[in-house]
Amino acid sequence: MTLFVEQCLNGLQFGLLLFLLAAGLTLVFGIMDLVNLAHGSLYMLGAYFAATFAAWTGSFVLGAVLALGATLVVGMAVEVVAMRRLYGRDHLDHVLGTFGLILFFDEAVRLIWGPGGLSLPLPSWLSQPVHILPGIEYSAYRLAIMAVTLTVAGFLYVLVMRTRVGMLIRAGASNREMVAALGVNIKLLYTLVFGLGAALAGLAGLMQAPILTVQIGMGENILILAFVITVIGGIGSIRGAFVAALLVGFIDTLGRAFFPQLLHAFLGGPAASTAAPALSSMLIYILMAVVLVAKPEGLFPAGAK
Amino acid sequence: MSVAVTPRKVVIAALLVGLALLPLYASLSGTPFLLTLFTRIIILAMAAVSLNLILGYGGMMSFGHAAYLGIGGYTVAILAFEGVQSGLVQWPAALAASALFALIVGALSLRTRGVYFIMITLAFAQMAYYLASGMARYGSDDGLSLDNRSEFGGLLNLSNKTTFYYVCLILLYASIYLVWRLTNSRFGMVLRGTRSNETRMLAIGFPTTRYKLAAFVIAGTMCGLAGALIANHTEFVSPAMMYWTRSGDLIVMVVLGGLRTLFGPVLGALALLFLEQFLPAIISAAVRPFNPVNAAKAGEYWQIVLGPMLLLVVLFARGGIDGLLRLLSSRERHG
Repeated sequence: MTLFVEQCLNGLQFGLLLFLLAAGLTLVFGIMDLVNLAHGSLYMLGAYFAATFAAWTGSFVLGAVLALGATLVVGMAVEVVAMRRLYGRDHLDHVLGTFGLILFFDEAVRLIWGPGGLSLPLPSWLSQPVHILPGIEYSAYRLAIMAVTLTVAGFLYVLVMRTRVGMLIRAGASNREMVAALGVNIKLLYTLVFGLGAALAGLAGLMQAPILTVQIGMGENILILAFVITVIGGIGSIRGAFVAALLVGFIDTLGRAFFPQLLHAFLGGPAASTAAPALSSMLIYILMAVVLVAKPEGLFPAGAK
Repeated sequence: MSVAVTPRKVVIAALLVGLALLPLYASLSGTPFLLTLFTRIIILAMAAVSLNLILGYGGMMSFGHAAYLGIGGYTVAILAFEGVQSGLVQWPAALAASALFALIVGALSLRTRGVYFIMITLAFAQMAYYLASGMARYGSDDGLSLDNRSEFGGLLNLSNKTTFYYVCLILLYASIYLVWRLTNSRFGMVLRGTRSNETRMLAIGFPTTRYKLAAFVIAGTMCGLAGALIANHTEFVSPAMMYWTRSGDLIVMVVLGGLRTLFGPVLGALALLFLEQFLPAIISAAVRPFNPVNAAKAGEYWQIVLGPMLLLVVLFARGGIDGLLRLLSSRERHG
């Protein structure tokens, strides 16, 4: 029972973290119609920046804040140098151009930080387990991740739906020329949106850093998960990304934890132990295929233009 | 009507003849590694040619094409592991397995459009990747080695590197011919029409999805054959050959060479693998005058140059290498 509660919480935490990545992707796609494979690189950069700045300043929180700022700046720079020229192009061009960016960032990181991974130690006040229910302890750090992510999700909702900037973003998504004609600096707005997406990816990366090793290529696996989420949720829909991220987080975590036992109970013997690891990694892809076959536009299609 | 001799035609003719003569050059110059490199280029060129059929002519942005390389390769390796050494069984089985996979993936994926199609083809390739990683009997993540190349009785000896090279080359030329015949047939016209305006093709009365599915299966099967070749070439298969970045490499080859052109994918495969092979040395040579100490080390970071190069190709050289050659040709004709 304890294990089940713990795994559910892990699934929730992983899902919320994935939401940060997927929100950035879906925002950039929904507004600029841009497929950005380099999103995972920004996630990786967030983790590397955090590990470096935390080592310099000696403070985890200060390091995290600096890393967040740094990914925001890198994201905006990437938009100005490269992405801006890709708007309005074919999706194939996006895939190829941002694939080139992945190669660049992976190699740049190897050049700057070396091929070995880094680690980001937690401060003592975050590494203690806390009692959440009588008899059940849970990592304080994972709880902190959930709190931060939920706050960011709320902030995103307010930003996009309730502020003037959000209104301009939504207007820019539906008709770029009209918004520009009304005197809004749409280029700057796009740069800001891309920077925001980058900062969200960086935040996800830096929060994941103490749990995993900070290493090259860490963004590539999780990028695919984030894409799966945006597609399941319906591309361009933040609400869809939120629901799909939780779904994927739960299924992936619980699948890995309990699916082998489940399979063992049904199939029994060696057949189950051979098939289980492959099948539990495949679960979310199966989920995605099923969703897309049933609803080719995802669960929450972002209104037709 | 005389046929104009343009730089583009000269380059392509030189490429086709050069590839046919390469084993001679490799043995005369005493550089057998060239033969290995070019066998790899030819096999991957064949995979790129097959991808071009759906990506270029069909407008189907498949991001999971490396899966067919893996399926073709694994079919050969698994049969060999279970004691079936005959190529007459292995290769048809590889074709059948990849055709079946393409049929299932295509039938499900073609219900979606645009980015959703990109992502669902990617998802299926990832499934194949995890399936291969999970097959404990066949080496899981570590992959599976082949003891012998496919046997064709007394007919062919694939262990002979030159023979194997020519088998690959003939199959490459055959697939280019097949794509040429297909794209210029009625089938190809419907496919190309569907790419530019599916609604109109539907209105004329063509069942477009069926045409697209047929093209998808043909491309998958061709790539499966390339997979069978690559398993024979490296005598090794592993899940890594199906990872999504491998599918990205294939897309890079097609676009770098020239989308929707007959020989573009071959040029692209050649260019990408040449860069992979020689860019480190070029970078070292470029750095040496400024920093002799770290010059050799600088070559290791060649992808830091390749990445922005790809971006520049996307931004400024639309049409890829073939497009540049065409530009050269038309310039010469007019002025």
